[in-house]
Amino acid sequence: MYGGGNVFEATKFDDLQAEDPVKLAEFEARIARGEKIEPNDWMPQLYRKQLIRMIEQHAHSEIIGALPEGTWITRAPGFRRKMAQMAKVQDEVGHAQLLYSAAETLGKSREQMLTDLINGKSKYSNVFNYPALTWADSNVISWLIDAGAIVNQMANARGSYGPYCRALDRICAEEAFHLKYGHDAVVHLATGTPKQREMVQAALNRWWPPIMTFFGPSDKMSTHTETLMRWKVKMASNDECRQQFLDMYVPKIWELGLTVPDPNLKKNAETGQWEFTEPDWDEFKRVINGDGPCNAERLAVRRTAEERGTWVRHALLNPKAKYVKPLA
Amino acid sequence: MNELALKDLLYKLADDQLILGHRNSEWTGFGPILEEDIAFSSMAQDKLGHSLAFYTLLHELGEAEPDTVAFTRNAEQFHNSQLVELPNGEYDFSLIRHFLYDNAEIIRFEMLSQSGYEPIAKVATKLKGEVKYHVLHANTWIKNLGASTEEAILRLQASLNEALPYALGMFEKSKYEQELIEAGVYAGEEAVKAEWLNRIQTVLAKTELKLPALESIEPVLGGRYGVHTEHLQPLLSEMSEVFDIDPTAEW
Repeated sequence: MYGGGNVFEATKFDDLQAEDPVKLAEFEARIARGEKIEPNDWMPQLYRKQLIRMIEQHAHSEIIGALPEGTWITRAPGFRRKMAQMAKVQDEVGHAQLLYSAAETLGKSREQMLTDLINGKSKYSNVFNYPALTWADSNVISWLIDAGAIVNQMANARGSYGPYCRALDRICAEEAFHLKYGHDAVVHLATGTPKQREMVQAALNRWWPPIMTFFGPSDKMSTHTETLMRWKVKMASNDECRQQFLDMYVPKIWELGLTVPDPNLKKNAETGQWEFTEPDWDEFKRVINGDGPCNAERLAVRRTAEERGTWVRHALLNPKAKYVKPLA
Repeated sequence: MNELALKDLLYKLADDQLILGHRNSEWTGFGPILEEDIAFSSMAQDKLGHSLAFYTLLHELGEAEPDTVAFTRNAEQFHNSQLVELPNGEYDFSLIRHFLYDNAEIIRFEMLSQSGYEPIAKVATKLKGEVKYHVLHANTWIKNLGASTEEAILRLQASLNEALPYALGMFEKSKYEQELIEAGVYAGEEAVKAEWLNRIQTVLAKTELKLPALESIEPVLGGRYGVHTEHLQPLLSEMSEVFDIDPTAEW
């Protein structure tokens, strides 16, 4: 589950100065024609670097995203939910596996990516630095965060890098099930006992602010990404994704009799755009830089898993085996 | 056929699968490599599905709904072996437990698929194909890691020594043992154990691991009669935490 946003460094004019202008023109023409770029094709260094960064962040978001929902596997109420919650979180880990492979085709190993995650060098979706305090929080994540991820990932699936697009096609198909599962679970709570309704409203209140930041800062504040959009690395702006999400899901939330905790949220009939209270971007920056409610806990869990698994990975190493990039 | 005897057998099967499925699922997001995370989660889902199938048979014999049976009983009402309730520990312990458990479970499923009691035979026939993959997974990893680095071998050997007394507890006889054998439901725990030993020894022979002499080991019994370690009740309390908020609600 990944919402993009705030993942790109500003591109500088200099970045492209070192590239062969003929090859660069040919590369850009291929993308303009809608062709996919494959691992062994020529590509500018900047393209490679930004793609690794984006796919890696996406992969990290999947395994870190498995943690807040994973907590609720052992507490899910009843067989039906317990099995579905297990399958759902397993899918997310499977997505990470696919994505690490896609990123590996660009020349960075999974081991190195996981090391960079643990030492804080690479990021993951900021929403997972917030806690899933109740079962209802887990359901709200399954529904609305997965919904947001689909908006972003459907756009990115039309991008230019073949292995990433193919991974996203598979991921989106599974995310569509997650969304149905999350919606079904939220419907049960929202139409259930007073206690259940109270739980789900409280969860929505907690998760709405992170959801509003899920697609990254407003385009007014974002770094310039024209080159990346021309190269079909970034496919839709943060604000476009956010508007599309609000358009699709706010009516569904209202339909369930739930209240969105933003008194200023409304669709402007003239512009067709949603208006809302500006999210707290200072908090967003603070949390993404490490100072959120769960940053330390999430990374500590991941670090422990990596450390405790070291002997297994060593035992599996075959000194005669040659490293082969995954087919993706 | 004595219904109490059948129910006793079904509870034993269902509770083992439920509790080990729950433990396996605790590896989600926490495995030594992503592929093992995913594998343990797959097996957890299968095991949960198996327990549901057996609780459904129990329901047909007049017991409460599967959700009620699984989510509202106390530890002393559970018939699982103590082996499955032990905490996951590190990967070496989880892998050894999985190896010892699934190699026994597949034999039960094979026997039950030939059972004279048709509802069990049908379910066992349907599910044994899944357990076959669990066994394949366990045996592959044991053969691989059990003949790898010194650390891996030492860890697995220590876990094997630790788990074995509990594993022998899987074969604790039911008070209806003789009836079940005579009625042709299955060949009984002694027969399961003999075949199990045969199979695990075949796998261990391909590794550096040594099966401790069984005569010197006191099996940990009691699980089949509701006697459990201190680890089961916290697991059950966690499992029913949300369900208990309102057991009559639809979740």
